[in-house]
Amino acid sequence: MIEKREKAQPRSLTLKENNYSFFSLAKNAFSKHKNWPQAWRSTEPKPEYDVIVVGAGGHGLATAYYLAKEHGSKNIAVIDKGWLGGGNTGRNTTIIRSNYMWDESAGIYEHSLKLWETLSHELNFNTMFSQRGVLTLAHTEHELKEMTRRVEAIRLNGIDSEVLNPRAIKQIVPIIDINPQLRYPVMGGFIQRRGGTARHDAVAWGYARAADQLGVDIIQNCEVTGFNIKKGTITAVKTVKGEIKANKVACVVAGHAGVIAEMAGFRLPIDSRPLQALVSEPIKPILDTVIMSNSVHMYVSQSDKGELVLGAGADSYNSYSQRGSLNIIEGMLAAAVELFPVFSRLRMLRSWGGIVDTCPDASPIISKTPVKNLYFNCGWGTGGFKATPGSGHVFADLVAKDEPNSLAAPFSLDRFVGGYLIDEHGAAGVAH
Amino acid sequence: MLHIECPWCGFRDDAEFHYGGEAHITRPDPSKTLTDEKFSEYLFLKTNTKGLILERWCHRSGCRRWFNVLRNTITNEILEVYPVTETPSSKQGKETYDRNWRRISPSKKTPKTDEAK
Ligand SMILES: Cc1cc2nc3c(=O)[nH]c(=O)nc-3n(C[C@H](O)[C@H](O)[C@H](O)COP(=O)(O)OP(=O)(O)OC[C@H]3O[C@@H](n4cnc5c(N)ncnc54)[C@H](O)[C@@H]3O)c2cc1C
Ligand SMILES: [Zn+2]
Repeated sequence: MIEKREKAQPRSLTLKENNYSFFSLAKNAFSKHKNWPQAWRSTEPKPEYDVIVVGAGGHGLATAYYLAKEHGSKNIAVIDKGWLGGGNTGRNTTIIRSNYMWDESAGIYEHSLKLWETLSHELNFNTMFSQRGVLTLAHTEHELKEMTRRVEAIRLNGIDSEVLNPRAIKQIVPIIDINPQLRYPVMGGFIQRRGGTARHDAVAWGYARAADQLGVDIIQNCEVTGFNIKKGTITAVKTVKGEIKANKVACVVAGHAGVIAEMAGFRLPIDSRPLQALVSEPIKPILDTVIMSNSVHMYVSQSDKGELVLGAGADSYNSYSQRGSLNIIEGMLAAAVELFPVFSRLRMLRSWGGIVDTCPDASPIISKTPVKNLYFNCGWGTGGFKATPGSGHVFADLVAKDEPNSLAAPFSLDRFVGGYLIDEHGAAGVAH
Repeated sequence: MLHIECPWCGFRDDAEFHYGGEAHITRPDPSKTLTDEKFSEYLFLKTNTKGLILERWCHRSGCRRWFNVLRNTITNEILEVYPVTETPSSKQGKETYDRNWRRISPSKKTPKTDEAK
């Protein structure tokens, strides 16, 4: 149990005291940017909280933010075993879109995309959300037909989506090779123009700062090692910094969901696997949209710094090693060079891996659990960055009310017993 | 990249293999007593341990035969390779087999939180 500390926690600054604006930028320029106030406090745990969010990734921080902002919860902590945003939030390739096929997915991902559209303003933090469009290619007749059907389903849900022919694609992406002689020729594609990218770290930092301003404690280097469960109800979280009491515990730990569930005595339908990405040396602007191809297995975008950001599929086997197999990268680069011959002389600068939590139906879990007052949000697998705001928003609702709202309800754990799976392999196969 | 020792072909890169997931899952008897919960457990729930796991591999681009492996999912070290029809024989393999929640009787299935890691 954590002793009552003698020193008070540092006080969190209000938005008024630490508002980012043109004025504050100009003011701080006079002191050579040396006097910017700290964006959030790093705190030590209090003995007790109303809600403890485990996992300070984007989803966990968003959950805490919306709990404080929309549900008036006062006594909230977010704890992480490492540094905030150091999990998949800081490792992903930042593709954002809402063009999923089933109604349930359209609901949650579009809710999220709408929140993205106003997020920088809401958080007073530039998330660099850029609606540069997400273009998915088709390489076979069959894939094109299936894509057309998907586009119609997406449009029926009121989400923007259009099929493009190779000539239209070439207009948007002049560097692409649409030669019909290719091994996998570009036969067409579909685009969601409202899709795009955002700055991954900025999302974590923006939510952290905004949550801190509402009094949320952010506790880093505080690994959860177990739970105290009395009569089927959660009462405390055991951590390397001692035991912390909590009325409710919300776990958002992505690849480690299975490990944490095991601590609470139950299992999840989740496999944890490495997913890799890599970036090239920076070059001049050459690609101003996001290109994905499920059948040749690669996707690429160009960051504002000029680096090409590339990724592909997850490894086929379970692992927590945060590094994947080289053959995945080899295959992805071969596909990229075939589609974009101009990339062939680029050097790659870095590659890395994250551990993604994949579900049998490629849809997330936002749910109560067999333990009362313990909630899980996981299973986003290879594609949860885009859902960060929406996921945090509906999860906060679930934690506050102990009932899922209509957007979250289809993603509860009992779908694996009742059989109401939301099969999004078609939308999530490789693509993010 | 994993370097897997096929019992028939020797060490090969993981690109030649197909992953078969967790080993030793028994399909429940489809009698009238089979509940949705039990079947869901069989079909969907994963062991997904951070540490030692028992798993199946098939040498798809080689001899096309199946075999079982004891692997550490933190370091990717392969500690034992054994036939699909058998249970592991190494000490760590046996412990991993016995400790698995599927082989603990229902009354003991929920581990006491105190002893949980
Ligand atoms: C290479 C790669 C590319 C991707 N590309 C995309 C993409 O283009 N678009 C997209 O939408 N999605 C993408 N994703 C998926 C996306 O990154 C994730 O779905 C999303 O970021 C998950 O966010 P999160 O906050 O739930 O998890 P995380 O950011 O992983 O946060 C979980 C946190 O839990 C903490 N934690 C774990 N165990 C414990 C413990 N015992 N105690 C305390 N804390 C603990 C971790 O330290 C971590 O900080 C990609 C993922 C990877 C790896
Ligand atoms: Zn073989």
